[in-house]
Amino acid sequence: MTGETSGAGAPRINRDWPLWEVFIRSRGGLSHKHVGSVHASDGEMALRHARDTYTRRMEGVSLWIVKSADIVASDPEQAGELFEPAASKVYRHPTFYDIPDIVKHI
Amino acid sequence: MPSLPTIQPEDVTNAQRASDAGHFDAPAEESHNEAFFEYLLRLSDDSLVLGQRLTEWCGHAPAVEVDLSLANLSLDLIGQATLLLELAAEVESKGRDADALAFHRDVLAYRNCLMVEQPNGDFARTIARHFLFSTAQLLLFEQLADSAAERLAAIASKAVKELRYHVELSADWIVRLGDGTEESRQRMLEGLDWHWRFVDELFQMDDVEQALAERGIAVNRAKLRSSFDAAVERTMAEATLPMPSYPRGVLGGRKGHHSEHLGHLLAIMQYLPRTYPDARW
Repeated sequence: MTGETSGAGAPRINRDWPLWEVFIRSRGGLSHKHVGSVHASDGEMALRHARDTYTRRMEGVSLWIVKSADIVASDPEQAGELFEPAASKVYRHPTFYDIPDIVKHI
Repeated sequence: MPSLPTIQPEDVTNAQRASDAGHFDAPAEESHNEAFFEYLLRLSDDSLVLGQRLTEWCGHAPAVEVDLSLANLSLDLIGQATLLLELAAEVESKGRDADALAFHRDVLAYRNCLMVEQPNGDFARTIARHFLFSTAQLLLFEQLADSAAERLAAIASKAVKELRYHVELSADWIVRLGDGTEESRQRMLEGLDWHWRFVDELFQMDDVEQALAERGIAVNRAKLRSSFDAAVERTMAEATLPMPSYPRGVLGGRKGHHSEHLGHLLAIMQYLPRTYPDARW
């Protein structure tokens, strides 16, 4: 992602439209999911581009647009300390309980 | 003494079809049908020709997202044209289907207005045309949705949703370009300037449409003009562009008197099915 160069603080001479991330809710009740990104000069245009690019085959009922530069992402270099400790803690998965038959939808 | 023309197989088919449809001996109905057929061609050809024009942007738009926007508009229009041509083919009942009407009709038989056949020019000119055309078309189709001809009404009400988006999208670009940089403003002015002279034709009425309008099938286009002017005025104000002074309109498309551009467009559009008549997807 080119968040660094296309962010709000980018110099005016950058003629490329900034990048926006697109999230689609495919049906009522489901959460919005990231599907890709579009270039656009502002949010309204980004929404239009997202509609034209990602919802042409009835993929969704709602769109969210977020400026790529506004997303705070974890550093891949830190993946070790951030995510590996969870790997050895299998007891955190709720798989050691016996679910009574009468309980549905778990 | 000239002899009667030989009865061709298609004559027999047509007679059979007319008989099956129950209007073999209905000459009055026939003339109504002819007018309705003519009207449907005007509607479908507007959509088809503009749809075909917009496909020329494929791969050439200012950004890939805009490329998709224009292709979407084009597909909406071609979809409308398909439905209208299918209906037209049935109304005509001379054994021609929608494809025959689209690909085996020559330029003089096309009934679209002159605006839609104009070359794309730059992006601003394409948007100027799309805004003017779809604004008029939305007003027309909103009323056609109540047409006494049920199939036409159904096609129109489906198209209305698409056209609302077309108007929104093109108006948005008019404002962005008109109220943008020095260059974008100049290009938008030139784009609008190119198309003003074709606006009058969008509201032109003649005997064919008048008669159909009286029967509740067609819409009196002339009555849509004031709403059109108001809508254009709103967008021009937002775009800080001057209102146009419409020059005397250029007419003729509805009679098949087209500009030189349409022939080139049709040559490209019709090339494949004419060269390879048996080609299938």
